[in-house]
Amino acid sequence: MGWISPFKLNQLGMLNMNRRNVDYIARYNSRSSYPLVDNKLKTKLVVAEYDVRTPRLLQVVRQQHEISHFREMAEDLDGFAIKPAKGSGGKGITVITGRDDNDYVKASGSRVSSSHLERHLSNILAGLYSLAGTPDVAIVENLVESIPSLAKYSFQGVPDIRIVVFQGYPVMAMLRLATTASDGKANLHQGAVGVGLNIANGHSLNAVQFNRPITLHPDTGLALENLVIDDWQEMLVMASRCYEATGLGYMGVDLVVDANEGPLLLELNARPGLAIQMANGRGLLPRLRQIEALRRTHFTPEERAAFAMDTFTSKT
Amino acid sequence: MSSRSRIPFFFAILLLIAAGISIATWRHVELGIPWFTGEQKPVWMVEARVDFDGTGEPVLASLNIPDQPPQFRIISEQAASPGYGFSIVDDSGERRAEWSKRNVSGPQTLYFKVQLIPDDRALGSQPKRPPKPEPVFWEEPQATAVEELLQQAAERSSTPESMTRELIKLLQPDQGAQNTTLLVSEANYIDLLTRMLNHAGIPARTADGLALEDARRRQQLRPFLQIYDGSRWLTFNPRTAEQGLPEHVLLWRQAAASLLDIVGGDNSDVSFSMLRQTIPALQLAQAQSSENGLGFLSLYQLPIEEQSMFRMLLLLPLGALVVAFMRIVVGIRTSGTFMPILIAVAFVQTTLIPGLIAFISVVAIGLLMRGYLSSLNLLLVSRISALIILVIFITAGLSIAGYQMGFNTGMTVTFFPMVIIAWTIERMSILWEEEGAREVFVQGAGSLFVAVCAFLIMSAPLASHLTFNFPELHFVVLGLILLMGQYTGYKLTELRRFYPMKAYN
Repeated sequence: MGWISPFKLNQLGMLNMNRRNVDYIARYNSRSSYPLVDNKLKTKLVVAEYDVRTPRLLQVVRQQHEISHFREMAEDLDGFAIKPAKGSGGKGITVITGRDDNDYVKASGSRVSSSHLERHLSNILAGLYSLAGTPDVAIVENLVESIPSLAKYSFQGVPDIRIVVFQGYPVMAMLRLATTASDGKANLHQGAVGVGLNIANGHSLNAVQFNRPITLHPDTGLALENLVIDDWQEMLVMASRCYEATGLGYMGVDLVVDANEGPLLLELNARPGLAIQMANGRGLLPRLRQIEALRRTHFTPEERAAFAMDTFTSKT
Repeated sequence: MSSRSRIPFFFAILLLIAAGISIATWRHVELGIPWFTGEQKPVWMVEARVDFDGTGEPVLASLNIPDQPPQFRIISEQAASPGYGFSIVDDSGERRAEWSKRNVSGPQTLYFKVQLIPDDRALGSQPKRPPKPEPVFWEEPQATAVEELLQQAAERSSTPESMTRELIKLLQPDQGAQNTTLLVSEANYIDLLTRMLNHAGIPARTADGLALEDARRRQQLRPFLQIYDGSRWLTFNPRTAEQGLPEHVLLWRQAAASLLDIVGGDNSDVSFSMLRQTIPALQLAQAQSSENGLGFLSLYQLPIEEQSMFRMLLLLPLGALVVAFMRIVVGIRTSGTFMPILIAVAFVQTTLIPGLIAFISVVAIGLLMRGYLSSLNLLLVSRISALIILVIFITAGLSIAGYQMGFNTGMTVTFFPMVIIAWTIERMSILWEEEGAREVFVQGAGSLFVAVCAFLIMSAPLASHLTFNFPELHFVVLGLILLMGQYTGYKLTELRRFYPMKAYN
C-alpha cells in the first residue's frame, strides 16, 4: 500500500472524515434528531408513521428482572436477533438462527447457552454497547430471512444495503456482504465486502474488501459484477422517506430485503462511514455539491428518488 | 459554516492569538520575565561601610541611602551590624538607614548592602513640589565678581542648562579671568558653583555619585552638580560641564543634606565596595513583579502548594493540543479521546521508560484478569469496580516485587490514574472480543504514541517555563485548537486509506 496525494483525492471528490464532520454532519444534522437514530427502538416507532417497515419487534427488555421473561418468550422461537437499542456500528448484536436442544445456534454456527444470552442482555442493559456508556434497553426482533438471490452472495449473515441520503436525496449506495473475516457481520472495517450500487438502476459497480478492489466474493467465490437489486426504486423511496421521519440532512440508511416481507429498514446512522466511496470507486463530494446547488428541492420522496435515479448514473 | 460566516471566526482566532502573544511580549518587556530558562542578568552589589569610634555613650548613626537613583533600580537592601537596632526611615523625602545602640565604645563597623540592576528607563525621583532657588548673600568684593561672572554667563546662554554650562567654563582656572581667581579655591569650588546658580535664580544642589567598577574596595563618592530645569533634576559634571550622568555611576546621595550623621561617636568614615554579580533573570522578575502593579498577572502570588498544582495544570493544554493535532491532522486512533493526556501526565511523574514498562505491564496483567471476570457474568458497574480493585492490587504487587528486586522505579506505578486504567482495560478487552487483537494493538500503540509525544512536549523545561510564567500564551494554544476544529482537509492516514482510489482516476 502506498500513498495518494491530497490533490488527487480532491480531484476525485473524496469526502474525508474532517469535512464530513464539519461541513455535513454538524451543518445538516440537528442534535435534537440524534436520539431518534441512536436509539433503534425510537427509530422503529418514528419511521412506522412514514410507512417505512422494520423487522417485527418481539420483545423489549428494559429492566434486569425482565430478563427472565426473555427465556419464556424465546422458548418458542427458532430465530431472532438481540440488539442494544443505542448500539453503534453493529456492536452487541447477536443473531440466533436456530435451536440445538437447549442451546441456541448463532449465525456463525456456534452454539451458546441461554445463560450466555442472559448475560449478554444484562451487558446491554448496563450500557456496555451504548454510545456514551449510558444504561440501555435490549430489543428482540424477528429474524430477517434474506431473499435467496442476495443471500447466496453472502457468507452467513444477511446482506444489507447502505444508502447515503443527503437532504432527502439518495446519493450513493452499496451492498454489504458478510465474510468469514467479518464473522458474519456486515461491517466493512471488520472485513465485509462492499459492493457499490448504481443509484440509477441498482446494478453493481465494483467491490472492495479491506479497502482493496476484488471481483469475486472471497468465501462464496461468486462473481460480484452482474449483481442486480430488485425493487430498487422502492428501496430508494423508502430511504428517502427516512429524511421526513428524522429530519437528518446527512444520514446512512441500512435496508435488508426479507424473503417474506420485502425491503425492511434495519437502522439509521447519523454518522455514516466513508468506505462507501471506495466501494463505488468515486467520491461523494460532487454529488453532495450538486444537491446543495439545487435551487428548488423536490417535496415528495418519490420525486427525490426519481431525480436521483436520473442524475446519479454511474457516469457522475 | 459558509465561507462568509467564517471570516469573523478567523478574525476572532487571530485576535486571540495576537492578544496572547502581545500580552506575553508586553510582560517580557515590562517585567523582564525571560523567554528562556536559565537566562542571567547583571546585578551590582554595593556595600557601604561605616566606621567610627564609640565614646561610651548611646549611639545613633544615620546614613543616607539611595532613593530612586537614575539609571538604576533597587532590588534589595540589607543591613549587617550585630547588636544594633536597625531601621530605614523615610524622612521628608530622604531615605536614611538608622542604627542605634545604648552603650558603645571602641571601633565600630556597620554595613549596608544594596542590590541594583542597571535600567535605562529609571529616570530618578521627581520632587513633589518644584524647588525654589535658595537666597544667597555675598560680601564684597565677592558680590561684584559674582555679578559679573553671572552676567557674562547669562549673555552667552538662553536656558538654565546652557547657563550652567557657561558658568562652569568661566569658573575653570585656565580661563585666567581675574574674577575667577578671586572666587575659586580648590576646597569651595562645588559649593561656590551651587551658590552662584541659586543666586542666578536656578535651583541647584550637589549630589554624590559612585562610579561602579567590578570588585573595587574602599571607594569614595564623587560630587556632581544638579540643577532643576522646571520639570526634573539634571545632572552635570562640575568640572567638564558635561551634561547627564555617566554610565555606571550610581547617585548615592541626592536630596539629603548630609551623607552620614553620627551622634555619640567620632572619627567616622564611609567607604564603598562593589561587586558585579549575575542572578537568574526569572528571580529578578519575581522580585520586581510585586512592586510595579503588573504582578497581579503572575502565578507567583499564589501559595507554593497551589503554584505547583498550577504548574501541572497549565501543562495540560499542551497535551490537549498534541491530542487534537494527532487525531485531527494525523489521524491516529487512540483508545479514549483524552486518555493519552492522563497517561502523559503520569509519565511526567514517573519518567518515560519506567512509566511505559509499568503502564504496559499493568494493562497486560489487567487484560488477563479481565478475561476471567468476563466469564463471571457480572453487571457492568460491578465489573468495572472489581477491575479498579484488581488494578490497585496489580500496582501494589508490581511495586513490592520491583522493590524486592531492587528497582525503585516499580513504585512509580502508583502515579497512574487507577480508574482510567481500569476503563482502558475494559475497553481494550471489549475491543479484543469484537474487533480482534489487531485493533487492540493499533489503538493501544496509537494511544501510547500520542501519550509519549505529549509527554515529550510537556516535560520540556521550556514548556513548563513558558506555560507557567506566561499563562496568557494559552490563548495561542486555544486559538490553535479552535483553528484545528475548522480543519476540513484530509488526515495523513486518509492519504493511505484512500490509496486504492488511484485505480479509478
